[in-house]
Amino acid sequence: MDFDYLLSLLIWLPIAGGLVVLAIGDGDDAASPRASAMRLAALGTSLATLAASLPLFTGFDRASAAMQFVERMPWIDTFNVFYHLGVDGLSVPLILLTTFITPLVVIAGGRSITKRPAQYFAAFLILEGLMIGVFCALDAMLFYVFWEAMLVPMFLIIGVWGGERRIYATIKFFLYTFLGSVFMLVSLIWLYVQSGSYGILDFHALPIAMEAQILIFLAFLLAFAVKVPMWPVHTWLPDAHVEAPTGGSVVLAAIMLKMGGYGFVRLSLPILPDASQALDWLMIALSLIAVVYIGFVALVQQDMKKLIAYSSIAHMGFVTLGFFVLWDIEQSTGSVSGAGLGLTGGMVQMVSHGLISGALFLCVGVMYDRLHTRNIADYGGVVNTMPVFAAFMVLFAMANAGLPGTSGFVGEFMVILSSFQASFWYALLAGTTLVLGAAYTLWMVKRVIFGDVANEGVAGLADVNGREFLVLGILAAAVLLLGVWPAPLVDLMSVSVDQLVEQMSRSKL
Amino acid sequence: MDFIVPDFSPALPEIVLLGLICVVLLADLFVTDERRIITWWLAMAAVAVTLLAILGSAPDLRTLTFSGSYVADPMGQILKIVSVGLMALVFIYSRQYLTEAGLRRGEFYTLSLFALLGILVMISANTLLTMYLGLEMLSLALYALVAFDRDSAVAAESAMKYFVLGAIASGMLLFGISYLYGVTGAIEFGPLSLAIRDAGPDDVALWFGLAFLVVGIAFKFGAVPFHMWLPDVYQGARTPVTLLIGSAPKVAAFALAMRILVDGLPELHGAWQGMLMILAVLSLGVGNVVAIAQTNIKRMLAYSTIGHVGFILLGIFTGTEAGYQAAMYYTITYVLMAAGAFGMVILLSRRGFEAEEISDFKGLNSRSPWFAAMMACFMFGMAGIPPWVGFWAKLNVISAVLDAGRFAPDGVIYTWLAILMVVFSVIGAYYYLRVLKCVYFDAPEDSAPLTAPREMQVVLSVNALAILGLGLVPGTLLALCASVIG
Repeated sequence: MDFDYLLSLLIWLPIAGGLVVLAIGDGDDAASPRASAMRLAALGTSLATLAASLPLFTGFDRASAAMQFVERMPWIDTFNVFYHLGVDGLSVPLILLTTFITPLVVIAGGRSITKRPAQYFAAFLILEGLMIGVFCALDAMLFYVFWEAMLVPMFLIIGVWGGERRIYATIKFFLYTFLGSVFMLVSLIWLYVQSGSYGILDFHALPIAMEAQILIFLAFLLAFAVKVPMWPVHTWLPDAHVEAPTGGSVVLAAIMLKMGGYGFVRLSLPILPDASQALDWLMIALSLIAVVYIGFVALVQQDMKKLIAYSSIAHMGFVTLGFFVLWDIEQSTGSVSGAGLGLTGGMVQMVSHGLISGALFLCVGVMYDRLHTRNIADYGGVVNTMPVFAAFMVLFAMANAGLPGTSGFVGEFMVILSSFQASFWYALLAGTTLVLGAAYTLWMVKRVIFGDVANEGVAGLADVNGREFLVLGILAAAVLLLGVWPAPLVDLMSVSVDQLVEQMSRSKL
Repeated sequence: MDFIVPDFSPALPEIVLLGLICVVLLADLFVTDERRIITWWLAMAAVAVTLLAILGSAPDLRTLTFSGSYVADPMGQILKIVSVGLMALVFIYSRQYLTEAGLRRGEFYTLSLFALLGILVMISANTLLTMYLGLEMLSLALYALVAFDRDSAVAAESAMKYFVLGAIASGMLLFGISYLYGVTGAIEFGPLSLAIRDAGPDDVALWFGLAFLVVGIAFKFGAVPFHMWLPDVYQGARTPVTLLIGSAPKVAAFALAMRILVDGLPELHGAWQGMLMILAVLSLGVGNVVAIAQTNIKRMLAYSTIGHVGFILLGIFTGTEAGYQAAMYYTITYVLMAAGAFGMVILLSRRGFEAEEISDFKGLNSRSPWFAAMMACFMFGMAGIPPWVGFWAKLNVISAVLDAGRFAPDGVIYTWLAILMVVFSVIGAYYYLRVLKCVYFDAPEDSAPLTAPREMQVVLSVNALAILGLGLVPGTLLALCASVIG
């Protein structure tokens, strides 16, 4: 089979599908044939994209670190901008995550979205295309276009379908991330002016003086740290998550946060190895603050979505810790063998966190659909009325706490292991997450799920329906599969990780 | 004394337009109010024929005529096409509005066409006096248009403000011109530039004249601190007039700056560069920050214009070809977006109701999802979010500024300018988002259907989709701008 235009297909199929969904429109009500056709088109598009992404997994050459499925054609001659797509082991897992999560969001949306459903589904489909575009783009300007354009559907998703304070949350989300990104834009243009090309791979090879590297690193850091988000620029996330509709929270947590991590491995680390090394103390410190401090913050949350949002920040701290621990390992052990473990751990953690946090937000959504509250205090004893749901919720909570056998354990373990090589203290601080994560997640589960039935609302709860069971079941299977058998995921990225380690340890001064 | 018949062909579009204006003016005398649509058709025909004349002239090179006072060149041709096209948009968007407002009088069309003629003359001016002539023709037509609704006290007040301040600015410009003429003895741009080169650029009298010229240019652009007239005029004028003032005259202002500063005074680049930088930075700051405080959408768009002017001026400021083409690209794309945004304001207005407040846009998504999306195109475009074309315009300017900074002795200033531009873009994004917040997130207060005529809806949609389309395929227009500069 010929896969010449596979990546273009993955980007444009959902966008075209989204436009079709918009064209079909809402129909008179949720039961009308037009609305059914619209939902079918949305689901069909997302599933077709998932199917189209499978060749990416099967046809990907795991022995090569070079870009694969490459497409390259001129786009804007004046700026030497190319429509240049390609994937390596670092982007394939994230693309697969995107195509995997989106159908689940569409299914979960189902008929429960009553306000302008066509626009809702279209926004998610267009967002999917744009996110895949970010992971595929090998031209910095193309990357930036997808990166910014992504904000538009998310802005609408939070603003139109969100909760009470949605307008505050969505404008904060937009401006925060926009402010972070524009500095990246200036840096990219600066790199273009220096090199005459916007090719990311050309940037990888471009020698840059230390002073410039530091400045560009800080500009990139602003863009990516806001997206990840890292302490102290994380404050938009709890607002956005709490106010977003369930699907929005899922996509935000599962995929959009990964943009930041992806930005580090695609741009910061390979383009600016010397600045990354010089400032790794800063990155490690911020990561550990996220892990420990945000862990404590999560502990005291009253709102389930907020709790999961803070837990996301803490878990993403692991990702950045894994990415930037390399030079300390080199210093303390004298070699970079095994340094790839931190990077691999960070990548695995990203995928795993995508599944787990997405699932947890879906769980909260299931309860919110029934009782219209996210407060922990409004629940209690849910297991009595929703036993099947309780089983799912406990599983995902355990995974969030890093229980061995679930995917949450794999990434965290790899990162802690590699930080041990760097310094005992890093590992000790990072390890506190095993206690803290268990504390805040399980305490929430205890208060929400277990105990006696707390009030009449809980007493009247109906267990998950078929649609919810399907979505949560698929996610549960994925979490367990990756937990017991992470090898396919690790194999996918190992060669690319090795190449990244090599790029990071070669000075560009 | 020999009399040489000049070559009229480079000025053919202007001559054709002038003839057609006379036709419109005369024909309108015989048209009754009920059949005023005939004037509209005639005006549209005048615009169309002028456009054909411009397309037909197709100058490959610079052609001078009328003893060097008139120039036809590729840059001028593109700017003229854009101006004429904008005038067609103005007529299409305003037809029903004027009828419903009881303002369907022939003067609107003749004055607008005279303004267009002024713009075309400015674009083709090759001496300081031709430039002044075109500028006055444009300005006088605009003063009258602002006061067009003669029963409105607000319109009369803003017309008065515009006239008094505009007259002062014209006076400044003339004063500057007289200084330059006094020092160099030349008013034609080519000889002027040569004379300055011979005399050396350090003559204080030249700088003095230059300062007055720059003040005149800044006034026409509406750059801070010469922007005071702009919000009041935008708000006070009837929306079709605001649409007119906010679109094609910006192209003329760009031509004014390019012809005088770049064609006429390149030797004084070091002197005007600093002035433009100060104007640009102040415009970026004041325009974007004050726009946040506005509740009237026309006033908000006025301040947003001021912010955008900062970008255009920074493109010219670089003094490089890349900068000039970036400024030109920015001007063209900006006027397209501005025309569309004012078109949206007209679209939401109807008999007895002016959609002048931002809150009038509330719930547009429920009333018409399609036009909500079109409004989103204009707002995201102006905010500079990719993939809308406004992003490429900003990128182009920032790129040109950083590029110019590579060879400049004080390159770090250029980097800071780039950072200022992006920071103010983020601040600017806030008030555009606030409009979209009304469009998408708020419930409608007014569920009246949109009654705009079909042709306006179609053209407005094309206008909005052009903003998106030019953003997805920006190469052609960028290459065009690059090819006609230099």
